[in-house]
Amino acid sequence: MRTAVVVFPGTNCEKDVVHALTSLGGEAELVWHRETDLSRFDGVILPGGFAHGDYLRTGAIARFSPVMAEVGRMAAAGAPVLGICNGFQVLCEAEMLPGALIANRDLAFICRFVDVEVTDTSTILTRNATLGQRLRLPLNSYQGNWVDPGSDARVTLTYLDNPNGSQGSAAAVSNAAGNVVGVMPHPERASEELLGSGDGLVLLESFLQSLVPA
Amino acid sequence: MTITGQPVHRRLGMTDDEHESVIRILGRSPLPAELAMYSVMWSEHCSYKSSRAHLRRFPTEAPWVVVGPGENAGVVALGDGWLAALRIESHNHPSFVEPYQGAATGVGGILRDVFTMGARPIALWDQIRFGPLDDPKNRYLFGGVVAGIAGYGNAVGVPTIGGEIEFDPTYSGNPLVNVMCLGILREEQLVLGTAGEPGNVAVLLGKATGRDGIGGASVLASASFDDGSQEKRPSVQVGDPFEEKKLIEACLEMFEEGLVAGIQDLGAAGLACAISEPSGRAGVGMDVDLGAVHVRESGMTAPELLMSESQERMMAFVHPRNVEAVLVIANKWEIESAVIGMVKAGGTLTVRHSGEIVAEMPAASLADAAPLYDRPLRRPEWLDGLWQTPDPPQIEPADALIQLLDDPGIGSSAWTYEQYDHMLFLNTLCGPGGDGSLLRIRGTHKGLAVSTDGNGRLCLLDPRRGAARLVYEAALNVAMTGAKPLAVVDNLNFGNPEKPEVMWQFRETVEGISEACEALGIPVVGGNVSFYNETDGVDINPTPVVGLLGLADPIPIQLPGLGRAREGMEIWEIGPEPTQNLAGSALQRVVHRQLGGRPTAAQPEWAKQVIELAASLAHQVPVLHDVSSGGLAVGVAEICIASSVGAALSAEGIGPLFSEDPHRFILMMDPGAVRLPADLARMVGFVGGNSLSMSGAGAVDLGLLTATYQQAIPRRMNR
Repeated sequence: MRTAVVVFPGTNCEKDVVHALTSLGGEAELVWHRETDLSRFDGVILPGGFAHGDYLRTGAIARFSPVMAEVGRMAAAGAPVLGICNGFQVLCEAEMLPGALIANRDLAFICRFVDVEVTDTSTILTRNATLGQRLRLPLNSYQGNWVDPGSDARVTLTYLDNPNGSQGSAAAVSNAAGNVVGVMPHPERASEELLGSGDGLVLLESFLQSLVPA
Repeated sequence: MTITGQPVHRRLGMTDDEHESVIRILGRSPLPAELAMYSVMWSEHCSYKSSRAHLRRFPTEAPWVVVGPGENAGVVALGDGWLAALRIESHNHPSFVEPYQGAATGVGGILRDVFTMGARPIALWDQIRFGPLDDPKNRYLFGGVVAGIAGYGNAVGVPTIGGEIEFDPTYSGNPLVNVMCLGILREEQLVLGTAGEPGNVAVLLGKATGRDGIGGASVLASASFDDGSQEKRPSVQVGDPFEEKKLIEACLEMFEEGLVAGIQDLGAAGLACAISEPSGRAGVGMDVDLGAVHVRESGMTAPELLMSESQERMMAFVHPRNVEAVLVIANKWEIESAVIGMVKAGGTLTVRHSGEIVAEMPAASLADAAPLYDRPLRRPEWLDGLWQTPDPPQIEPADALIQLLDDPGIGSSAWTYEQYDHMLFLNTLCGPGGDGSLLRIRGTHKGLAVSTDGNGRLCLLDPRRGAARLVYEAALNVAMTGAKPLAVVDNLNFGNPEKPEVMWQFRETVEGISEACEALGIPVVGGNVSFYNETDGVDINPTPVVGLLGLADPIPIQLPGLGRAREGMEIWEIGPEPTQNLAGSALQRVVHRQLGGRPTAAQPEWAKQVIELAASLAHQVPVLHDVSSGGLAVGVAEICIASSVGAALSAEGIGPLFSEDPHRFILMMDPGAVRLPADLARMVGFVGGNSLSMSGAGAVDLGLLTATYQQAIPRRMNR
């Protein structure tokens, strides 16, 4: 079972994600954004950062990176695809997830722990969690405010104290099949009590257990 | 050759004598490009011409020093093949003229200084100082600087772990924006700023050169301010964190492959510095073709190309057999590159543009022949008056405590640090909001502890005592994370060095830092001097900032934290008994609105004992916190707020509650959990209840303490 962790120029959380996955016994490999063949992988994570600088709308350039065609193919085939923070923004831009992420309500970057609640346990991010389970995860974004007017999107996690103004307090959403998920807080940053929380582990374990041989 | 009545060299910030020196070195009048190069390289900012003579006083040697002052960053050994690279710099004037870009490019510059050494930058700290927030101009500057640090640091992908924020009228006309960066590397990856052997090829990497930041070092950083300073906005550079991120990754990959003989970042003085300093260090010369430089706009003249401070550029010196591999890596990371010259024997730097020689001089003369000023010193006459201790007005301790917690320099800094990514890389064990920071080195038991400390009011009252106390305070802060002090960097922010009183403050400060470092047995491995922090003839309070690196090996299994106080714990004060001395304290500034008296001198013997005790207690007790701004009362209140529990203090009187006398910290633990040395420790109260009571001074409700503390900045920034 191998996970591709995609690196765009400007991505910065890729090594943290690999570290957290491998500490759980997963196998993960960094993949440059020009890669055009992901057939050796069983799942994909788009990590946080500032893909291509994000000077345009976040993710607007990244969706055209060569690797994204393969990410789309795997998503369509039902493989687990997870976007964390900037990765969530890229998946929305690529229309693999509903809605869009706009600037936080207070127009300031927010880096702090937030509390979220699990609202859907049938996704690749939450299958090991229980409904209503509360998790403490670090948020780290300027454009974390998810909007999707008239949406019937599946919301996977909600904020208890909506810090950025997201519609329906959504902290994570999935596609209809539940195999593509975008999450704004960083599960990999909550992977050890020493760092302030181990609550992200249940989410990363869910992802790893969702992997099936391609 | 004159323009608008002034000779060109003066317009470039050079004195007539300095111009004469250039003529002597060259044996002729300088060409325009040569004059441009000397003017920036001999600026105060680049040459340290007023400070060099004094900086020699610093102790710089220790067995663990790998690279001392003079390179792009100091490097110390951590054991087991690990090295740490450390550097601090100021971006004061650019941040005043254009707060967002000034602060952002300060971050970019310090990162380059660190990864130039072969190190991966792992953390940043910012020390920022402004005038009071009731002035809208100061709110604009503060908000802009924080946004600039966040905008650049977050996007470039290096966490900002902490720093300092201070508000004082002395900085209204001249804010201070200092930034420190820490990097780590394996010893085999160390790279120096040297051009290396003749035959090496000079490869310019990164962003295209434009007309931004021309003369930043000379016109902006080395001159005082007045009403016309906003016209200097074009001298401020514009930052591009995405370009820098790619540049970091590309350079680190080149270092890993061993492709680079030496490398120098392009910061102050741009290309002029990046071709001359590495050549000078290696005792070689260079042929440079300015026509090969990749540019953003056409028609740039030779002086402009040499002086431009366009950001996100590096100059790599590469053996000819490795040039191809270097260009391949640059291409992979989508950064531009250009071969612009070749190293040659003999020490002459020859610069051509459009086939013509536009500059030719001994490469080393730009750095080594820079003027050295032994400027006159004079102890200020007003100091004796200031040492008269003012009669403090009568105050209620409870009222004073609330006023102190409402001060934006003491109240919660969450408004600021929550805009910074402080968690990236999963190393942050002690982050912002506490005393010292602690970062782990993954795969080892080692932790790097950092504290940065400054205090302009203390240093105005007694620069020698004040500066020494900053070193001891920083050392105590790192000790409270379980670390042993290892090395110091300093950022010396001062007024106009042409005033003898300012130079006296400077000399005293260097002396104070040196004495404290010698007493603790730690070297100064780098620093920065920022003079001319003066607007309309008024100098800032002398504001040295000390950054101290410590090593925790091993890291405490359970780290002490302000949030770990529990009902029933004992509260202890460790260290010498405080006096009634309030000179330079927060109580004087915030509550009494006075400044006077002579600060208590540091006591090196006490300091060493207290620091060693703190480092050992960090492995044993849940709560440690230093007694600094606001004294014991504020320190205990901060713990109560973080732990959501009250406390009863038996301490009585203004001195014991609010004095900031040095070498003291607060400890909380379950009764009798650890035996403390009787000569150093005093029990001063218990944890419990819903309020903080001070003996004979009534109680303050915990909810009021918390709200006041948390709102100190937001209520002033309306957010």
